Amino acid sequence: MQQDRILLDHGSGGTASKQLIEELFLKYLDDPVLSSLQDCAVIDNQAGRLAFSTDSYVVDPLFFPGGDIGSLAVHGTVNDLAMGGARPIGLSLALILEEGLLFETLERVVASVARCSKECGVPVLTGDTKVVPKGKGDLVFINTSGIGMVKEGVDLSPTKVRDGDVVILSGGMGDHGVTIMTRRAGIELKGALRSDSAPLHMMVSSLLNGLPAGTVHCLRDPTRGGVATTLNEIAESCGLAIIVEEDDVPIHPEVASGCEILGLDPFHLANEGKCLAIVDGAVGERALEIIRQAPHGEEAEIIGTVASGERGGRVILNTGIGGRRIVTSLHGNPLPRIC
Amino acid sequence: MKYLKEFRDRQLTTSLIKRLEESVTGPMRIMEVCGTHTMAIFRNGLRSLLPEELELVSGPGCPVCVTSAGHIDAFISMADQPRNHLAVFGDLFRVPGSNGSLSEASSRGARVDIVYSPMDALELAVKNPDELVVFLGVGFETTTPAVAATIMAANVQKIDNFIVFSTQKVMPPPLHALLGDPELNIDGLLCPGHVSAIIGSDAYLDFAKQYGLSCVVAGFEAADILQGLIMLGRQHGEGRAEVENGYTRLVSREGNRRARDMVDEVFEAVDSPWRGLGVIKDSGLAIREKYEQFDAEKRLKLTIEDVEEPKGCLCGQVLKGICRPPDCPLFGRRCTETNPIGPCMVSSEGTCAAYYKYGTGQ
Repeated sequence: MQQDRILLDHGSGGTASKQLIEELFLKYLDDPVLSSLQDCAVIDNQAGRLAFSTDSYVVDPLFFPGGDIGSLAVHGTVNDLAMGGARPIGLSLALILEEGLLFETLERVVASVARCSKECGVPVLTGDTKVVPKGKGDLVFINTSGIGMVKEGVDLSPTKVRDGDVVILSGGMGDHGVTIMTRRAGIELKGALRSDSAPLHMMVSSLLNGLPAGTVHCLRDPTRGGVATTLNEIAESCGLAIIVEEDDVPIHPEVASGCEILGLDPFHLANEGKCLAIVDGAVGERALEIIRQAPHGEEAEIIGTVASGERGGRVILNTGIGGRRIVTSLHGNPLPRIC
Repeated sequence: MKYLKEFRDRQLTTSLIKRLEESVTGPMRIMEVCGTHTMAIFRNGLRSLLPEELELVSGPGCPVCVTSAGHIDAFISMADQPRNHLAVFGDLFRVPGSNGSLSEASSRGARVDIVYSPMDALELAVKNPDELVVFLGVGFETTTPAVAATIMAANVQKIDNFIVFSTQKVMPPPLHALLGDPELNIDGLLCPGHVSAIIGSDAYLDFAKQYGLSCVVAGFEAADILQGLIMLGRQHGEGRAEVENGYTRLVSREGNRRARDMVDEVFEAVDSPWRGLGVIKDSGLAIREKYEQFDAEKRLKLTIEDVEEPKGCLCGQVLKGICRPPDCPLFGRRCTETNPIGPCMVSSEGTCAAYYKYGTGQ
């Protein structure tokens, strides 16, 4: 590449586009299906049920401790598939670049996508790039879609949640949200504050294979809106109350400190590598053990239970000091406070 | 942060709750003046643990909530001016005026940035010399020293594209206005921790004397609040009306003189409108003539209109402690966190937001 910045020409579909694909994308993403550069990826016949998911990624800053927009774009879609109980088999990658983007920035993003896709064992099978004039975008926007296969007998849904189920959170909450917000605020906190961007499909696979069929009722990754919003959605879908024990909810001390400083509620902060698993109460301890042994699950805890004795459709928190309050969904963006 | 766990320890709070039950010997109505106290009480689920005879009333201590509707409208019309670039605290972003909110102005193309400190706003001005950066000064004694310091810094650095719209307020005058109202009928004040760090606990001596009120300064952790309530219960039980300080790790009798000197250097007392309370003498802070080049009201020749409160909204009564949020016909129906009508539903320290977000789950 001659230039050090992305030009409108790189999205024109002409020779500059071709050069970008060959010299950058294929350098990092070398799956044979992608390398054939066809208009679509043709995948060998896969018998069974198909899961299909899409997500777009916009984040400022593009790079942050623990991850970057590229890792989010891979992990986010892999995790969405995993939460449906699917084994992810391939991704699409579409980038919208802003004219003037530094080539080395793009290279870092693509290298990150490639690394994460390899680590996950989920190849990028098809892709697209467009360039928008300067000022009409924000450096890099990414969309990834993914497909996966769902095994016979796996049927996960919040409507399957039953009285007596237990709620497991696979690790400390709020890591990603507080990392991004403190970066934007220019606040440096002591300790290793980093995003939890990570793939969860191996954890899900261990869980589904390690427990009797039908005992895993619902899996969700509490991304934007945080644990609070996801649990509220589940409670509303199943019509039951979810009771959470504040003392049992894992949270890293630096995340708790960051939330205090910025006036944020960690229950509302985004996670990018955490799973909420709602399983039959009888297999709760076993499920916890499996999650803890799986990659990215070592800090998992049982954080609550599903109960029919309460007014349904809401999430109730037994607070650390023995009090009780409701937990509501996030409305709008989390905003820092005045004092 | 060292204090997070220790002051939320269940063993400690359980024993404090027991002591609180012992200290409250009859009906007692306490006003928690500060919005941060209100939020902390709700977030910890404290209301579900308090003795039945203890009633907590929320006071006017949420700076966004008490900002007049006219000022909110002025903020939004400033945002719509092409050269202006507003720098605001997050709480203000979604507060509705009579013609939309700053969030809506931002969607129309207005430049509105959320900042964490007034110094961030000054930095914004340095980085954008072609724009006029307007910092919206909303807050009490806790935030004013930082605003004063920023104006002094802008003066030293001769930055002329930075101005402040000061609606900064001080706490004692509205408390006098409130406590003079017999309808309020309270027995004691849980005094704000961080405001008191600046003004000192002696600032409440007048209240104890003049209104026969028990006053206790308290911090914001669950154990701090419980300890403050125990001290208030004991005073009330023994018929004492004194000022006590339960937040000695931060608050002294005389407060922070250096911070107050900085505020005095930049600001002077003026009469100021409070939502729900009307205009209160000497309750606001205007920028002194010496620093008038940083005064948005003068530089932009702003006039503040008299704006009617949204119809049916009882924020004014809620701020006075006369009304609880569920008493408002709009609360939870037309006025929700997603669609707030009054400011008490928007601010992270608003009483309505606390009730809405953190109800006791009963």
